[in-house]
Amino acid sequence: MPAPHFIVHDKIDSVGVVVVEGVRKGQMLTGWVMQGNKTIRMKCIHAISIGHKIALKPMKKGDTVLKYGHDIGKVVAAIRKGDHVHVQNLKTKRW
Amino acid sequence: MVKIAKKPGAKSTKAKQAKRHKAARRTANPAKRPGGNSDRLTKVTRRAPVKSPRRAKTDRRTKAAKFTKTAKAAKTTKAAVHRTARTTRRARAKKPTFMGWLRKNGRVGIRNHVIILPLDDLSNAASEAVANNIKGTMAIPHSYGRLQFGEDLELHFRTLIGTGANPNVAAVVVIGIEPKWTGRVVDGIAKTGKPVIGFAIEKHGDIQTVASASRKAKEYLQWASELERQKCGVGDLWVSVKCGESDTTSGLASNPTVGNFIDQMDGWGATTCFGETSEITGAEVNCVERGKTKKIGQKFLKTWQAYMDDVIERFKTDDLSDSQPTKGNIEGGLTTIEEKAFGNLEKIGKKTTYIDVLGPAEAPRKGPGLYFMDTSSAAAECVTLQAAAGFVVHLFPTGQGNIVGNPIEPVIKLTANPRTVRTMGEHVDLDVSGILRREMTLNKAGDALIDMTIRTCNGRLTATEALGHREFVLTKLYRSA
Repeated sequence: MPAPHFIVHDKIDSVGVVVVEGVRKGQMLTGWVMQGNKTIRMKCIHAISIGHKIALKPMKKGDTVLKYGHDIGKVVAAIRKGDHVHVQNLKTKRW
Repeated sequence: MVKIAKKPGAKSTKAKQAKRHKAARRTANPAKRPGGNSDRLTKVTRRAPVKSPRRAKTDRRTKAAKFTKTAKAAKTTKAAVHRTARTTRRARAKKPTFMGWLRKNGRVGIRNHVIILPLDDLSNAASEAVANNIKGTMAIPHSYGRLQFGEDLELHFRTLIGTGANPNVAAVVVIGIEPKWTGRVVDGIAKTGKPVIGFAIEKHGDIQTVASASRKAKEYLQWASELERQKCGVGDLWVSVKCGESDTTSGLASNPTVGNFIDQMDGWGATTCFGETSEITGAEVNCVERGKTKKIGQKFLKTWQAYMDDVIERFKTDDLSDSQPTKGNIEGGLTTIEEKAFGNLEKIGKKTTYIDVLGPAEAPRKGPGLYFMDTSSAAAECVTLQAAAGFVVHLFPTGQGNIVGNPIEPVIKLTANPRTVRTMGEHVDLDVSGILRREMTLNKAGDALIDMTIRTCNGRLTATEALGHREFVLTKLYRSA
């Protein structure tokens, strides 16, 4: 089993986590979906640091982002598939 | 100076030593114990120790019965076990054992510290001078202890007494500015039956106090150095967990490794503890469901809600996105508190339920099992409270590389972030980044963590111990009077 570029916790998740260093803009990435043990492939449209999230599908403002199969916050700026998902486009619904 | 001394092995506790403590008595013979000096003032008769050995034995039997029952139940649901085989640990052939110090109150320690404990900020200098005089003792300086009142004062005493009472501590010298509160800490620690003495600085000054306290500290140290380790089971082990400078690799791998450990240790009858009240925000409903009963789940929810209402709502100036997640968390890829919370909860495993909710620094009373403690999510504050509740070894998964340690409770660091392993490897005891490369299964990582814990219990110094990290940070509930 080759080492994946990114890992997805749950099959319904809308984001995955980059787990290797040096992911470049436009690189074709291999992802491992832990739930169901599936391998997926997709292109990232930004350079993404290790530990940072990649969008698995397009999302619009107000959408809920799912990780661990759970709600981890709301989209505050439109997200394309392969985008870097972080504080610039995702915010908490709490506090 | 005023000496507030408690004679170890006072009559009332002596009767309770029983069989289990035979070996402990051999090495901790009262005749050999320090404190037989005539210059000591022994005043108060001690009450019975927290738990009698007889009771401990009964607990153990019940535990064993419970374990057999669980094993049987697992057998009959083979299909279910098979379905979740990737996440459920197969039974290990044998419970590990370790060599620990059995204390007079029946608890087991994995370190044998003689500590110099200041009551208050003013007594740090004298305490540090004593520790400098007597090599091998350790001063635990801190910032508080003056003009505190109410619940905040109670927490101060609970934390200091709990620190001295922790089984990783063999004997304690308490130094305070005045004798009354100093005596209260001495009295609290003396309930464990370990040697403890207090010195007050007023009317004597630092120099005389340091001289007298140093003589006593030397006596304690030499006595403690002859105490022998003995074989103990993991059922005697109290383990606390808390993560820090987390990133997404924490939720993916290092926290689940701790969770895997907890699931296994719970089956073996260990006593374990997680905390971090604010950091469960977003996953609080899931945490409520992990209470052993509905009532215990609701007790957690009440504790969490009280923190939200009394602290967050009252003092916040924004959505806390500058504090929780921390800047380090954000650098590591964590975006929201909800995301952090779900990662955090991975530490309690897949199946273990918590059996009670503890106040800060409150010792568990319901026997072996997992406990939730109401704590800050700041590393040093949380670990200090857990150590004061009696936990003897701490598991600390980190992503970006939190370097926290504790003076009396060894902190084991693990990380799954390969960059952290590469750039700050001297802080890492266990590298589980192989999980992310699919080179290591969660069960393998959990086993490696059990092995590292047992080695630490047997005396291996953790990275934090070797690097001298002794963060001791008292939780302050509100400003002093």
